[in-house]
Amino acid sequence: MKASKAIINGIITENPTFRLLLGMCPTLAVTTAAINGIGMGLATAFVLIASNLVISLLKDFIPSQVRIPAYIVVAATFVTMTGMLMEAFVPALYESLGIFIPLIVVNCIILGRAEAFASKNSPLVAIADGIGMGLGFTLALTLLGIIREIFGAGTLFGMQIMPQAYNPAVIMILPPGAFLTLGLLLGLLNKLTAKTK
Amino acid sequence: MDNTITVSASPHIRSKESVSRIMLDVILALIPAAIAAVIIFGWRVLLVIVVSVMGAVITEAVIQKLMKKPITIKDLSAVVTGILLAYNMPPTVPLWIVLIGSIIAIALVKQAFGGLGQNFMNPALAARAILFAAWPVQMTNWQRPIIDAFSNATSSATPLPILKDGETWAKLPPLWDVFVGKIGGSIGEISALALLLGAAYLLIRGVINWRIPITYIATVGLLTWIFGTDGLFTGRGLYHIFSGGLILGAFFMATDYPTSPVTPLGQIIMGIGCGIVTSIIRLVGGYPGGVSYSILIMNVATPLIERYTRPRIYGEVKNNV
Repeated sequence: MKASKAIINGIITENPTFRLLLGMCPTLAVTTAAINGIGMGLATAFVLIASNLVISLLKDFIPSQVRIPAYIVVAATFVTMTGMLMEAFVPALYESLGIFIPLIVVNCIILGRAEAFASKNSPLVAIADGIGMGLGFTLALTLLGIIREIFGAGTLFGMQIMPQAYNPAVIMILPPGAFLTLGLLLGLLNKLTAKTK
Repeated sequence: MDNTITVSASPHIRSKESVSRIMLDVILALIPAAIAAVIIFGWRVLLVIVVSVMGAVITEAVIQKLMKKPITIKDLSAVVTGILLAYNMPPTVPLWIVLIGSIIAIALVKQAFGGLGQNFMNPALAARAILFAAWPVQMTNWQRPIIDAFSNATSSATPLPILKDGETWAKLPPLWDVFVGKIGGSIGEISALALLLGAAYLLIRGVINWRIPITYIATVGLLTWIFGTDGLFTGRGLYHIFSGGLILGAFFMATDYPTSPVTPLGQIIMGIGCGIVTSIIRLVGGYPGGVSYSILIMNVATPLIERYTRPRIYGEVKNNV
């Protein structure tokens, strides 16, 4: 598979959120605001790119019996780095994402791509897959965050954009709002893509 | 003499029952509660009901048009959903919330899952739960009954929060006031008397049967009596039965055909289950009333209940299932 194709694949054809429905836990939990969506998406993307690269490089050295623990060790290394960097440079965002930063270790996108892609492809293509999947995840999370923030708080990236008379629907930034938004977006995307086929 | 014999395929005896006839019966049964609400809260509640019904019917028509399905607003099911949704609203609710609620009920809960008979939850209740989570302040703004405007006997608090807090029992309105509806509360739930009139009509017409409502109400009455705030067997079971949405929920919403079990045993399980969940929420939960959530929870459990209460086919061997 070519690198450019792998990027497009991750963003559109096999978008981890809207097509593969992977990583649902952070998707539903942290997208209460657009900035959280971007932060979570980019943190995951970084870990994904780095672990894809390392796993692709190590694929001939990891015995297949212990590959899952090995993948987790690799992912955990980069998650620890990400967490420490975020705590140092964007403490507010780190606070609001909370436990979901360390939980990137067991994010099924990371393990899924390691198992299904990085361990079978060359390092360059594995990086491209990480970029594609990471961007696809970031885009999806940001989209969810934007929709939920607008309806649930009347703001976008913290700025008031709905008229003052708008009464925010609190449910949108509560857990049910995540399920409702994701379900409706999935339905809409399925409808749109069904037409183009 | 006419010797012609009409030959036709079975069935030869047809019931006059139809979706629209059943829905019409439900609407008729809900009218006394509307009259009671207008007497108790004033004409504005009628406006809330009209907006809710119009919203539901128009949403149904628009969605069916968009999805290129036959338009079935004449079966009156959307009207019933609209009325029930309005009955679950406080009388002071802003009309835009009512409109959003009716759109959610029909578009999201009913049509998105395939329309009449396919919804997995009661549309009116699901919409009410969403509205309650979205705009909690506006959805709990209880109005004092206007017929009591000149007496100083009642407080504006509804009975359920008072029941929750044992120390303020002296503030409880007389049981008769709770029964006829001279209390604060949602539009359609306040007058148990009017609702029971409608429920009796539905039972006589055979639209609903006794199993779900009676087991539901009995369970709540029994549990809230046993687990009173002053120790065992001191609870105010009758107050619990006639306040909040229990009568409305038990007769008109828990019995909704698509979202309740069809087997007799299943219906009893549904009623008792609703009763247990309602009592738990009322006695130890965070909300004063739990009728809507308990019915929604049991709605979701309905397929499971039906699976375990499916009657054995005659002649079927037990191990063969």
